[in-house]
Amino acid sequence: MSTASNRLPRRPLVSELLKRRGRSLIVRGLGSPTWDCFAAGDSPEYLYSWGGMGLAVPTALGVAIAQPRRRVVCVTGDGELLMGIGCLGVVGDQAPANLGILVLDNEKFGETGRQRGLTSNRTDIAAVAQGFGIAKTMTVTEQGAIPDLAKLLFETPGPVLAVAKIAITEDAWALPEKDGATIGHRFREALGVGGV
Amino acid sequence: MSTPDIDWSADVFREMKARNISTICTVPDGGLTRLLNMIETDKGLRLVTLSTEEEGMGIATGCWLGGGRAMIAMQSSGVGNCINALGLPTAFRAPCLMLVTMRGHWGEFNPWQVPMGQGTRPALEAVGVKCFPVDKPEEVGETFVAAADMAFNSRVSAAVLVSQRIIGAKGFGQK
Repeated sequence: MSTASNRLPRRPLVSELLKRRGRSLIVRGLGSPTWDCFAAGDSPEYLYSWGGMGLAVPTALGVAIAQPRRRVVCVTGDGELLMGIGCLGVVGDQAPANLGILVLDNEKFGETGRQRGLTSNRTDIAAVAQGFGIAKTMTVTEQGAIPDLAKLLFETPGPVLAVAKIAITEDAWALPEKDGATIGHRFREALGVGGV
Repeated sequence: MSTPDIDWSADVFREMKARNISTICTVPDGGLTRLLNMIETDKGLRLVTLSTEEEGMGIATGCWLGGGRAMIAMQSSGVGNCINALGLPTAFRAPCLMLVTMRGHWGEFNPWQVPMGQGTRPALEAVGVKCFPVDKPEEVGETFVAAADMAFNSRVSAAVLVSQRIIGAKGFGQK
C-alpha cells in the first residue's frame, strides 16, 4: 500500500468531489480535511471541525439520523478515523442509507509533523470497514476514479466508505470560521432547524 | 435497592418521550436494562449501541445540529472515556444529556470499579458538565427533567448521576 504510485493531490480531489455533491451535507474531520473543504469554497452545508478527534463519523451519523432525507458525507483523515475506529461498527449496525464516508489517507499524522501513521504499513481501512459490515467500499489511487468515487459517496445507498490514497503536498493554509457556535448555528439555519 | 412500587426507568422513559428525545446512545449497564428494553421495543425511538461511550458525544451533537434530540445512557466507568469528547458539544454550544448509572460507591464489590466511580463527578465537572446526582428512586424522574431541560434549553452538557444506592451493588453471586 505504501508503494502505491499514483497518490492523489488532496485539494483538487476534494474540490472535484464537492462540485458533484448535489445537496449532500458535508461533515469534516478536524485539520486538513476541514482546510481542504474551505479551500474549495464555503457553504453553510459544510460542518467544519477544529477538534474532537475520533468523532467525525459519529457526528456525521448523528446528522444522518436527524436528517434521513438528506445525504450526509463525512470527509476525514486516516488518523482521525483510527482514533475512534469502533464507530464503523456502529455505522455497520445502524446501516444508515444516507451516510457516506471518505477517508483521505496520507498514511501520516499530517497536522503534527507528518509522523508515520498506522496505514503506512499493513492496516487497510477499507478492509476494516468491510469487517464491520460496511459492504460497499472503494480504494482510490487515481484521479480518473473521481466520477466513480463521487457516485459511491453521494448516490449509492449507504452506508458506504471510500479510502483515497492521497499525496503529501504543500498546501496553503485555508482556515474557516473556528467558533463552533457560529458554525453550528449556520448549519442549523441552512437545514431550517434553527431557533430556540 | 429500588422499591417495587417506584419504577424510575418508566419515569425517565416518559419524560424522555415527552421531550422528543428520540435517539438514545448506549454502552449498556445492568442498572439501565429496564430502560433500554423499553426503548428498544418502542418503534418511535432509535437505540444506538456504541462501541465506546465517547461516540455518543459525536452522535448527540450531530443529531442536534441536524435538528433532532439524543442522549447517552452509560455506566460511570464510561464517563472516563468521554472527557476529551465532551469538548465537542461544548465547542458547538450543543446540548449533551447523559444518564449515568453509578458504580464504585454504595457497597461496591469490585475494586476495579472504584477509581472511576469515585472520579466520575469531579471529572465531569472539570470539563464543565452540570451534574445532577440523585439517590432516591422517586426523585429520578424529576431530576432527569431538570437535567434534560437545562441541557436542551440552555445548550449545555448535563449528567444525571443515578446512585448505586438505587441500582444496588452487583453481587457477583456472593453473599
